[in-house]
Amino acid sequence: MRYLLTAIRRLLASKRNEEVRADGGTVEGSEQAARDDGSGLFDSDLVESSPFWLPPFLLMGFFVYGAIAWNLLISLTDHTGFGEIDYSSLDFEMYSRAFSDPQFIFAARNTVVLIVGFIGVCLVIGLLLAILLDRQIRFKNGFRTIYLLPMSLSFVVTAQFWLWMYNVNSGIINQILGLVGLGPYNWIGNPELILGAVIFALVWQFSGYTMVVYLATLQSIPNAHYEAARVDGASTIKMYWRVIIPQLRNAMISATVVLMVFALKAFDFLYALVGGYRPPKGADILPTLMVRMAYQNNEWAYGSAIAILLFLLALGIVAPYLYHQHKHGNL
Amino acid sequence: MTGETTTDERTESGFDFDAKRLGLYATLALLVGFFLGPIEMGLVTSLKSDPTAGVPFLPPSASGLTFEKWGTAFEALSSGLFNSVIMAVPATVFSALLGSMAAYGLTQISWKGQIPILSLFVAAIFIPYQAVLVPLTQFWSIYFPLTDLLWFVWAGLGISEEYGELLKLIITHIAYGIPICTILFRSFYKGMSEEMIEAARLDGASIRRIYRRIVLPLSTPMFAVVLIYQFTQIWNELLFALILISSGTSEAAPVTLVLAGLGESQEGLDFALRMAGALLTALPTLIVYVLFGEEFAEGAAT
Repeated sequence: MRYLLTAIRRLLASKRNEEVRADGGTVEGSEQAARDDGSGLFDSDLVESSPFWLPPFLLMGFFVYGAIAWNLLISLTDHTGFGEIDYSSLDFEMYSRAFSDPQFIFAARNTVVLIVGFIGVCLVIGLLLAILLDRQIRFKNGFRTIYLLPMSLSFVVTAQFWLWMYNVNSGIINQILGLVGLGPYNWIGNPELILGAVIFALVWQFSGYTMVVYLATLQSIPNAHYEAARVDGASTIKMYWRVIIPQLRNAMISATVVLMVFALKAFDFLYALVGGYRPPKGADILPTLMVRMAYQNNEWAYGSAIAILLFLLALGIVAPYLYHQHKHGNL
Repeated sequence: MTGETTTDERTESGFDFDAKRLGLYATLALLVGFFLGPIEMGLVTSLKSDPTAGVPFLPPSASGLTFEKWGTAFEALSSGLFNSVIMAVPATVFSALLGSMAAYGLTQISWKGQIPILSLFVAAIFIPYQAVLVPLTQFWSIYFPLTDLLWFVWAGLGISEEYGELLKLIITHIAYGIPICTILFRSFYKGMSEEMIEAARLDGASIRRIYRRIVLPLSTPMFAVVLIYQFTQIWNELLFALILISSGTSEAAPVTLVLAGLGESQEGLDFALRMAGALLTALPTLIVYVLFGEEFAEGAAT
């Protein structure tokens, strides 16, 4: 706040300067520059640049942080159905309800399985793809573009493709497995298999993304590192394991955080599989449960509470990442 | 990829085709099949009069070839495609512009206390949108009922009131698009030469003038990246469309919402129709991707 007050004072001062400078006097300009060392100009910069960052900040801040705070408030009410929200009695009832709700426990478990499974497989496959493409390949960019292509498709679109792939009788997956005498499996209809099937489809869609993140780092590793490992007589596998992969740590961390966001967006995929709020049996995750509770059952407060718990889950992954970035000055 | 290797594969002329290289290319080709397979299968299936006939990934026989499903899909989705265009284009442009402005004010003009504000922009990228849905519904339906406020617009233009819902969706997409656009532009502006800005300021140019005359023209390549990436994201989005627009049968429903309901409204098991619909929905993003794959990759990797 103190900032703001001095800033406004400075602004008035700098406005006067502006007018003088508008007459084309560079002398005042250099005088301004001479005062650069002081802290004065910083504050006037804050105000002078505020037309640029303040409107986007307010719009984004209202819709993101304002909405989350509001959501927290709603989750403390008992609001259901239609009509005005009664904010007079606030309690944590909805949260205790969530923790004793078998549906919630099941969805939470599925969410963790989906996030961990999806991210784990994506990181491994993405790494292999990146290493393959980093080995002096011709048409490298062509391959890269093809591997990344599924990411540019909508979840609604890929859900249609995979419904067809996983089809019990005519789907290609069961036909291939049939060649070696397995199946047919009911991938979508069987609660035991559905989560694995969804993870596989999401890996198809996003392992290209992981590859691109790794590639950006791999290309910055100097050739000398490879040479040195060679001279030491290390095998290819050893070289990658000992010298190259450790340098990919940061790429791995940032890919993990973004993949988590994609995993939670799997709501779109699950919704599109069935064209409704209730995903196939066994595939309910917190995002689908939340939307169903709020928009199908009109249990607004309960839906909000689930959303806050989901938010905390995401925060548990993102906050350490942001802190890590901040510490290394990468923000 | 196993065992000892003596060929120096990391030199400029290291393209010697021994068995290992061949294995490498075979693997890469198999992977191409894996990543393009589902799309190719969707394409051939959409052209079959009986989707279950023959092998899923082989083109239909001459007698079984039909474009009828594409016709049906186009009829069902054409208004959705139109709505998606008038939604995604302005939403993309505005979120990119606001992102560029925010990044400029927070990156190239340095002042104390930037970092906390910037952190809020970064953190906003990773918010699960479920955490804002209920307030969003409250805000748009009770506190700011845009559709009713603008009744004269719909009456004057003679278009359906439903388009008020689409306007809400556009504003929503702009607001939630700002964080990622800001960070993309910021990474670009950080690499821009500071001397130029410094020199311009010493000459007494105002912050606004520097942005218009220097920064904006130099941002063109990054604008391409952000516009491509954001357009794809907004076009593909379902969740906000689902809760802000009453249903897939609404006149203002974007194409993803219509497609998600296609299996229900039409004969649910008609996979040929579903595939045609899916490909039609993906067509604009596919075209953009084929033309600007590099930019998309850059947007994704940042």
